[in-house]
Amino acid sequence: MTDTIDNRKVSISITLLRILVGWHFLYEGIIKMYNPEWTSFGYLASAQGPLKPIFTALTDASIIGWVDTLNITALIVVGITLILGFFERKGALVGIGLLTLYYLAHPALPWVTQLNTEGSYWIVNKNLIELVVCILLYNYPTGHFFGLSYFKQTKTTDQNLAR
Amino acid sequence: MKWTRRDLLKGLGGLPILGAVWWAGAGSTVHNRRERNEILEQLNIRPSLPPTVPEIGGEAVRVGIIGFGIRGEQLCRALGYATEEWKEETRLEKEEDPNNTAMEDFMKQDKLNVKIVGVCDVFDVRAERAINSFSTPENKVKRYTTYKEMIHSGDVDAVVIATPDHWHAPMSIEALNNNVHVYVEKPMTHTVEETYALREAANQSKAVFQVGHQHRQTLSFSTARDIVEKGTLGHVSLIQTNTNRNDDNGAWNYDIHEKASPQTIDWDQFLGNAPKVPFNKNHFFRWRKWWAYGSGLSGDLLTHDYDRLNCVLNMGIPASVSASGGIYTHNDGRNVPDVIQVNMEFPNYSTGSSQVKGKEKGMTFCYSATLGNGFNRPTILMGHDATMELGNNLTIWPDSASTRYAEMLENEKMKPHIPIYQYNPAANVPDAISSATSQYFADKGLMWTYIDGVRVDSTFLHMREWLSIIKNGGQVSCGIKEGFEEAISAHMAGLSWKLGRKIEWDAEAEKLVPMEGIDFDQVLLANENWEMQNEIISTG
Repeated sequence: MTDTIDNRKVSISITLLRILVGWHFLYEGIIKMYNPEWTSFGYLASAQGPLKPIFTALTDASIIGWVDTLNITALIVVGITLILGFFERKGALVGIGLLTLYYLAHPALPWVTQLNTEGSYWIVNKNLIELVVCILLYNYPTGHFFGLSYFKQTKTTDQNLAR
Repeated sequence: MKWTRRDLLKGLGGLPILGAVWWAGAGSTVHNRRERNEILEQLNIRPSLPPTVPEIGGEAVRVGIIGFGIRGEQLCRALGYATEEWKEETRLEKEEDPNNTAMEDFMKQDKLNVKIVGVCDVFDVRAERAINSFSTPENKVKRYTTYKEMIHSGDVDAVVIATPDHWHAPMSIEALNNNVHVYVEKPMTHTVEETYALREAANQSKAVFQVGHQHRQTLSFSTARDIVEKGTLGHVSLIQTNTNRNDDNGAWNYDIHEKASPQTIDWDQFLGNAPKVPFNKNHFFRWRKWWAYGSGLSGDLLTHDYDRLNCVLNMGIPASVSASGGIYTHNDGRNVPDVIQVNMEFPNYSTGSSQVKGKEKGMTFCYSATLGNGFNRPTILMGHDATMELGNNLTIWPDSASTRYAEMLENEKMKPHIPIYQYNPAANVPDAISSATSQYFADKGLMWTYIDGVRVDSTFLHMREWLSIIKNGGQVSCGIKEGFEEAISAHMAGLSWKLGRKIEWDAEAEKLVPMEGIDFDQVLLANENWEMQNEIISTG
């Protein structure tokens, strides 16, 4: 009984986390989608750390348009899946991918100058924390608890009961 | 299968959240864009497009280089000619710093239809360097021992002059008199008298004359012109512009070549009309430090800032100039100041006014320079309605007491600390009310100037324009009118510093207002404590 209550508490907490991370991703995607002048050029052009050449290469005029579209799409996909609790594990994987790129473009390493940070970070920054949250969401899906996957699970339960 | 209300809540509860976030994001973005567009529409600023010039067709322009020192080499690279030594140096730099793109930028530069056919340098090492690097089996670069020999050879169509200042005018005049095209480094002349003589020669000549103020090609400056003309800033009463340097190179203490000797340098030719002094390596390599050959901060660096602003405002020659300063940071035998403040007065100039007629008129241009501190002070144009920072990027802030923007400021559609316009030639679109992020990137110079995806050097554009006009005719952006204004203004500043007095310009007579008992050119060329300084140099 205690276990069930604890499980429930954990599910509620993780669901909350899932909704908030989804919220954050979706808002970032929407803001960019509705602003046709937005571009990731500045972020990529100022990339630092060991992978700098790769990110700089992405700023090339021939591909920056694709990079921008892909980024916006990925952000919105992660946002929708996490908020709705549907294909959320796939969404969390995409989120992990995005955040890895963001972290590597501007890693919080002690020998790298921190650009545009509003806090103080040593190796760990908010991108890295959100990335680990996405790992948690991948390993502990809650869509069946709160989200569209609830219907899938209920349906299965119904069938199970019918047997 | 039946869904209870509880089921629906648990299954579809995410939908309203999704809708809310979407609505909030879309709403705020669209709202911000509308507000921004409202401001942009009101400002109606047209960002300048990259300059296009008619093709430099036909036979290649045959160019002779006079003066192949530091600047001469840079100008040749703009023409598409790099020395082997530079290539090797750049390769080594690239090994140390993989981000160094100097070589790639050079390789990507469009090829101009020119042929460097001759070089004239009084130092053997430099002349040979040009010959060894630029000669091809079909085109052997010829060395001329004097500039006259080169100009009269009939083998050069155009000359690029990158010598010490005291040679600029004599060489330019000789070339123009023989209808040989001229690209001359700034300042255009070394004395007041020469400035008139050169203007006369340029006006009489069929050749194309361009002064090397390459920043006239910078996109942001032509956009700045549009901004000022539209009255965006209101009446500009003060311009603040600066030079801040704090290193040997910036203080003109260039390297002295190991092979320099009376045997390898034609010392008499270097001196020309300068006072006869014994051979001196310091004077040869670091000529910018003496009035006999150079023009100090006022001719060397003030001219950059003056012409930059003259290109934006077209304000012409100041009615008066007063300067002060001294040798405070590099007391190493030089006789030009290393700290200088120059105030140029333009009492009748106006960029337009948003207030009652007659209230605003007149402007001061204030140039402040030190060779002992490298803190970056930006160029600022201060108007009644707004302030503009002028660089490769432009940023405009509204003034809290502006008349023009009073309503928008009151409605908080504009805020004094938030830029209302930001221009950066690398971005696709102008940016008003930009985020802190893009402001940061712009300030750091991370957004380069691109033309068709290629990083472009403004010196290249300036020379391309000159060459195109040689072939096709037209108007250069820094011709004799602009050069005349630049040179006179610089000489006024130098004279004021030397005399400790205000120098006035009679615009009607187009002459400096005379001072009793003073010969301006004698003052400009005077080298006080010359003997003593030679001693310091020889012992130092």
